[in-house]
Amino acid sequence: MNGPLSLATIVVALVLGVWYLVRCALDKRPTNTDLWAMLGLGVLVVVLVVVAIAGLLTGDRPSDTTTFVGYLITTVAFAPVGVYLARLEPTRWGTLILGVAALTLPVLVLRLQQIAEVTSG
Amino acid sequence: MAEQPTPTQTRPRDAAIGSGLGRVLLLVYGIFALSASARALVQITTHFSEAPLAYLLSAFAGLVYIAATVGLAIGGTRGRGIALVSCSIELLGVLIVGTLSIADAVAFPDDTVWSHYGSGYGYVPLVLPFIGLWWLWRNRPAKESTAQAG
Repeated sequence: MNGPLSLATIVVALVLGVWYLVRCALDKRPTNTDLWAMLGLGVLVVVLVVVAIAGLLTGDRPSDTTTFVGYLITTVAFAPVGVYLARLEPTRWGTLILGVAALTLPVLVLRLQQIAEVTSG
Repeated sequence: MAEQPTPTQTRPRDAAIGSGLGRVLLLVYGIFALSASARALVQITTHFSEAPLAYLLSAFAGLVYIAATVGLAIGGTRGRGIALVSCSIELLGVLIVGTLSIADAVAFPDDTVWSHYGSGYGYVPLVLPFIGLWWLWRNRPAKESTAQAG
């Protein structure tokens, strides 16, 4: 849970998030590239979550497995939901929706790391 | 840019769901409604006896966020009322619980969204009620007769 994949996800999400905020400030609605970029981030997150699930099945389980699984589901759903909502709102605010979604993802990944660190042993 | 269809008059003018910025606000409120309620649900179902006060507070916070989200979304007299009450409770909650969680750590051994002024959530819980109240103020019903179309 704590490897380069998490770090890559966090960095990509932050960069995209800042990009979307700038685009919103410039009064730009989400372009197709913006939406695809978000879906790309979503794919990265899916890989991360699959790795985490594999870890759940084989390695040490976090002591708070329920919360961990809850966070996994939320995390994997975030980018697609963001894209879906942004498509419903083809204005600058759609871009802000993508920004909020992109900036929430690093928080979710960090929380997943925290929860994963506490193992029942 | 793109031609917007004229919004239908079926929903109140100040309903947050009817405007782009309002939808972003609802998204953020929705995220907090979800995270606070989900956290409370896990805490209460798995280890309630460890810190009943904190967990009940979590659940209460979750309900307040849900109420605020719904109130802001529907707008109108009733929506505004619900949103005003819940945003005010939120503001008081984050200030009171934030202070208590620092002053009396024994009563709050486990975190809620409002503990330490929402520091566990990037202080967004501290900012959010202000934004909600600002939204209500910005969309307050016009007292004087202005040139605004009804």
